[in-house]
Amino acid sequence: MTTTSTPRPADALRDGDSAYQAPPSAAARKVGGLAGWVDDRTGAAKPVGYLMKKVFPDHWSFMLGEIAMYSMIICLITGTFLTFWYVPSAGLTVYDGSYVPLRGVEMSEAYASTLHISFDIKGGLMIRQIHHWAALMFTVAVVVHMFRVFFTGAFRKPREINWVIGSVLALLSIIEGFAGYSLPDDLLSGTGIRAMAGFVQTAPVIGSYLVYGIFGGPFPGEMIIPRLYSVHILLLPAILVGLFTVHIALVALQKHTQFPGPGRTNDNVVGYPVMPVYAAKAGGFFFIVFGVLALISALVQINPIWGYGPYDPSPVTAGSQPDWYMGFADGALRLLPGWLEFNLWGEYTLSLNIALGALVLLPLVYIVLGAYPFVERFVTKDEREHHLLDRPRNNPVRTGIGMAGITAYTVFMFAAGNDIMAIKLGLSINDITWFFRIGLFVLPPIVFWVTKRTCLALQRRDREQVLHGRESGTIIRTPDGRFFERHEAELPEDQWILVQHEAVRPFEIAATADEHGVARPAARSDRVRSAMSRFYFADAVNPVTPAELAAAHHHGHEAEAIEGPTPAGEIESSSRDDALARRLE
Amino acid sequence: MNEQDHETTGTEVARQDGHGGAVRLDEGHVVGAGGVPERFANPGLPAHIPRMADLDEAAAKRAEKQVATLFGISMLATLAFLVLYFVIDVNQTVFIPGVGVTSASNAALGVTLALSLLGIGLGAVHWAKTLMPDEEVVEDRHPMRAGDAERAEAVRVMTQEGGKSQIGRRPLIKYTLGGAMGLFALPIVLQVAGSLGEMPRKSLSLTWWNGGPSGPGEIPTFRPLRLMKDPENLPIKASDVTIGSVFHVMPQGLLPDPVTHEGGAEHLLEEKAKAAVLLMRLDPEQIKSQKERDWGYQGIVAYSKICTHVGCPVGLYEQQTHHLLCPCHQSTFDVTQDCKVIFGPAKRPLPQLKITVDDEGYLVSAQPFDEAVGPSFWERNS
Ligand code: HEM
Ligand code: FES
Repeated sequence: MTTTSTPRPADALRDGDSAYQAPPSAAARKVGGLAGWVDDRTGAAKPVGYLMKKVFPDHWSFMLGEIAMYSMIICLITGTFLTFWYVPSAGLTVYDGSYVPLRGVEMSEAYASTLHISFDIKGGLMIRQIHHWAALMFTVAVVVHMFRVFFTGAFRKPREINWVIGSVLALLSIIEGFAGYSLPDDLLSGTGIRAMAGFVQTAPVIGSYLVYGIFGGPFPGEMIIPRLYSVHILLLPAILVGLFTVHIALVALQKHTQFPGPGRTNDNVVGYPVMPVYAAKAGGFFFIVFGVLALISALVQINPIWGYGPYDPSPVTAGSQPDWYMGFADGALRLLPGWLEFNLWGEYTLSLNIALGALVLLPLVYIVLGAYPFVERFVTKDEREHHLLDRPRNNPVRTGIGMAGITAYTVFMFAAGNDIMAIKLGLSINDITWFFRIGLFVLPPIVFWVTKRTCLALQRRDREQVLHGRESGTIIRTPDGRFFERHEAELPEDQWILVQHEAVRPFEIAATADEHGVARPAARSDRVRSAMSRFYFADAVNPVTPAELAAAHHHGHEAEAIEGPTPAGEIESSSRDDALARRLE
Repeated sequence: MNEQDHETTGTEVARQDGHGGAVRLDEGHVVGAGGVPERFANPGLPAHIPRMADLDEAAAKRAEKQVATLFGISMLATLAFLVLYFVIDVNQTVFIPGVGVTSASNAALGVTLALSLLGIGLGAVHWAKTLMPDEEVVEDRHPMRAGDAERAEAVRVMTQEGGKSQIGRRPLIKYTLGGAMGLFALPIVLQVAGSLGEMPRKSLSLTWWNGGPSGPGEIPTFRPLRLMKDPENLPIKASDVTIGSVFHVMPQGLLPDPVTHEGGAEHLLEEKAKAAVLLMRLDPEQIKSQKERDWGYQGIVAYSKICTHVGCPVGLYEQQTHHLLCPCHQSTFDVTQDCKVIFGPAKRPLPQLKITVDDEGYLVSAQPFDEAVGPSFWERNS
C-alpha cells in the first residue's frame, strides 16, 4: 500500500506529489486577460472575489428556496419559448390543425395556438408541460420554503424585510399562476375566469364597474386574454424578478442563518465557500431541478386542454377544479353559506358569501403572514439580531400557531374537493361541507394544542437526556484541591444542541407607583403585551443549565461529596428563576 | 454593538449581575459566583472527519470516474435528443407501461432532456461531495447596523446638506412641490382607469331575451323570441318536450348557423354568457310554486342557466329529484320549488323565464327576465 492513512483532503497534495505550480494555461491567460479588461473598467475583481469566498451554511431545508428560485427561472425560460407560438387573442378562428377531434370547431386564436403548440410544434408539448409543472413546483416550493422560514424563526430581526418581500412574492406567484392558467382559453380555465368575473362583480359599490373595467366591457369580451397575457408575461414577471433580486441580495448581505450546533454561534457562519463547493452544489442543483421537471413532463400529463374544448360560457364543465394554489379560495367559496348575502334598503346587494372568500380572504392571508414577525416582536420586544435558527420545538407557541394556520388553509383546500370526496367516499356532500365548516373553527385550536404539547414534551425529553442521559464519570481535581465530576459544566459535544437555546419567561409588568405609593395602572399596551407574552411563554420549558446538571448529579449521587457551595443551593437562593429550581425537585 | 448589548426583559431571562453582561458563546463560559457558569459553553467546531476519498487515492479515483460517467451520460442523452427530435413524428403515440398511451415525441424528448440535465446536475453535486474540500469554513458576522458615526453622517447629509436647498425656509416651494408631486400621477392613472372599458350601464340586468343585443347602451325593445335548441339552433315545439327531458336553450337570433358559422349575435360569447336557459318539463302536479306554473307552459319551465353564485353554467339535472346542480361550488336548485337554493353557497334562486307558445306551437318567451341573471352585484335591485 502506497496510500497513506493520514487524513488529507482529496484536493490536497499526496505523498510523492511535488508542489507543482502550473504555469497559467493559454486559456487561463486569455480569461485572465478578459477578466483584467473588465476589472480595469469596473473594479469588479473586488466584489467578485468577495462573493466567491462567501460562506453558505448547508442544510437540506435551505434548498427549498433554491427550488423556488430555479423553478421560477425555468418558468421564465420555457415561458419565453411559449411566447414564440402562443397568440394572445380572443379573435375567432376555425381550427384545422392536426388534432382531429377539434377540426372545424370555432375557437379563439389563443386556444388554437395552444393546440398548435401541443400538436404541431416539435417539442412544443414538452415545453408547455415543463412550463406548467415548473409553475406548480414554483408555487409549492415558495410555500414550503415559507414554512421553513416560519418554523425556524428565520424571520426575526434583521430579516423582517425579507419576510415581507417573501409574502408579496408568494401572493404574486399564485396570481401569476392563475393568469397563466387562463391563457389557453379552454373550457376549464375559461370557467375559472368566469368565476373570477363573478367575484369581482360582487365587490361592494364598485363591483360592476370593476368587472367592466377588467374585461373591457361585458364578460368575456375580447380584452381579457391580451390583458392577462401582458400581466402574465410582463408585469408580474418583472415585479417577481425585481422583488426576488432584492430578496436574494438581502440574503447575501445579511448572510444566511444557520442551525445551532457545535461551533455555530450568532456571530459566525459555518459552511462552505461559494468557490468551489457551493457553486458546484447549487449550480448542479439547478440542473437537477430542471432535469426532474423534464422527466415529470415527459411522463405525466398536465392540463390536457384539448380534452376540454374551447371556452364557451354556456356548456357544462363537470367537476371543475383550479390548480392547487387557488384551491383554498375556491374551498372558502364552498363553505360560506348563502345567507351572507344581504339586501340593503331593498336596493343594494352585499354578497359577503362571495366577497369574504374571494376578495377578503386572499389578501387577508398574506397580510396576516406579512405581519407575523411584527406581532412576535411586539411580544418579545427583542432588539437583538438572530442568526441562529430556532429548533421548532424550542418555540412551542409559534410552532403551534404555524400548524394551526396550515390546518385552516388545508381545511379550505380540501373543501374545494367536497364534491370529489362525496363521490369517492360515498358520503353526502352536505355532511362533508358541514364537517369542513365546523372543522374550520375546531381543528386549528386542536392542532395548536397538540403541536404545543408535543413541542413541550420534546423539550422535556431533551432536558431528560441532558440531565440523566449520560455521565462522564471523569472526576476533575481543581488546583485548590476540590473535586467535581466533569459533566457538571461540560457537556458531550452531541448534547450541545439540546441546551444551546436561550431561556425564556413571560414578560411581567413592572409594578409602578406614583409618588404617594399608589400603584399606577400599567399602560394598556403593556397589559396586552404581558397577556400575549404569557400566552407564548407561560409554560416554557427552559434548557438545562450547568447548575441544574450539577444539581441533578448531586441529587442522584448523594454519596458523592462535592465541596463548596452546592450549585443547587445557589439556584434556590437566586431570585431569578425559582421556577427552574422547583422543577429540579 | 449598541442595540446588540441592550438587555430586554422580554423573553430573555435577564442575566445575573456579576456575570459581566452577555455570555458570548464563542468565548467560553463566564464563571459566576458559585463557580458554575450560567450557561453551557459552546463546544466549538467538531473535528473534521475525513472522507474515503481523503484517505484513499483509489477511492478518489473511483469518485472521479463516477462523476465522469454522469457527465458522459449527459452528453449521450443530449445527442439522443438531437437525433430523436428529427426521427420521431410529432403526432406519433406510444404506449408506456404505467403511463399509458402518450405522445412519443414528448416522452422521448422529455426523457433525453431530463437525462442530459440530470447527468450534469448529479455529476456536479457528486463531485462537490466527494472531491471538493469538505472542511467547513467559518466566517464572522457583523451587526447589520452601521456605526454611530456613519449614521450621524447620513443624518447630517440629509438635513444639513439637503437643507441647502432651503426647502425648510421657502414654504412656497415646499407646498407647491408637494402639490405637484401629489397630483402628477393622476393623468397617468386616469388614462388607464378611464379607458379600461365601457361602463356597464344597465347591461348586467339585460339579456338577449329583452329583444336583441344587450350590451352597454343598448336597450332592446321586447318582442317574443323563440326558444332555440343549442347548438342545433332549431325552435322547439311544446309537444316535443316530454316529461323528464331537459333542453339547453338560447334565444332566437343569438346563435349563428351551426354549419356555416354565419349570422347570430355580434358579441356571441357575451350574449351567451347571460342568455343561456335550461328548459325542463315536469309533471305540473309536482310543481309546488303557483308562479312557476303560471310562468311555464303545461309543466314546461325555463330557468336561467347562469348560477346566481359566481356565474358558472349550472350543469347537472337530476331527473328523479328535479335538482339542478352547479359544478363549480355545488349549489343545488330545486326545480319543483321555483329553483330555490336547497344546498350550497348561492343565495338566490335561478331566475325564471316566462314562456308561452306562438301560433305555430313553438315555445316563445312571454317577457324578458324580470331580474338580472348570474352573480350578484351592488346595484342589481335598483
Ligand atoms: C415570467 C415568465 C413567464 C412567461 C414568459 C410565461 C409565458 C407563458 C405563456 C406564453 C403561456 C401560454 C401558453 C400555454 O399555456 O401553453 C403560459 C402559460 C402558463 N403559465 Fe406562464 N410564463 C411565465 C411565468 C410563469 C410563472 C412564474 C407561472 C406560475 C407561477 C406560470 C404559470 C403558467 C401556467 C400555469 C400556464 C398554463 C400552461 C398550460 O397549461 O399550458 N408562468 N405562460
Ligand atoms: S358558481 Fe354555481 S355554485 Fe358557485
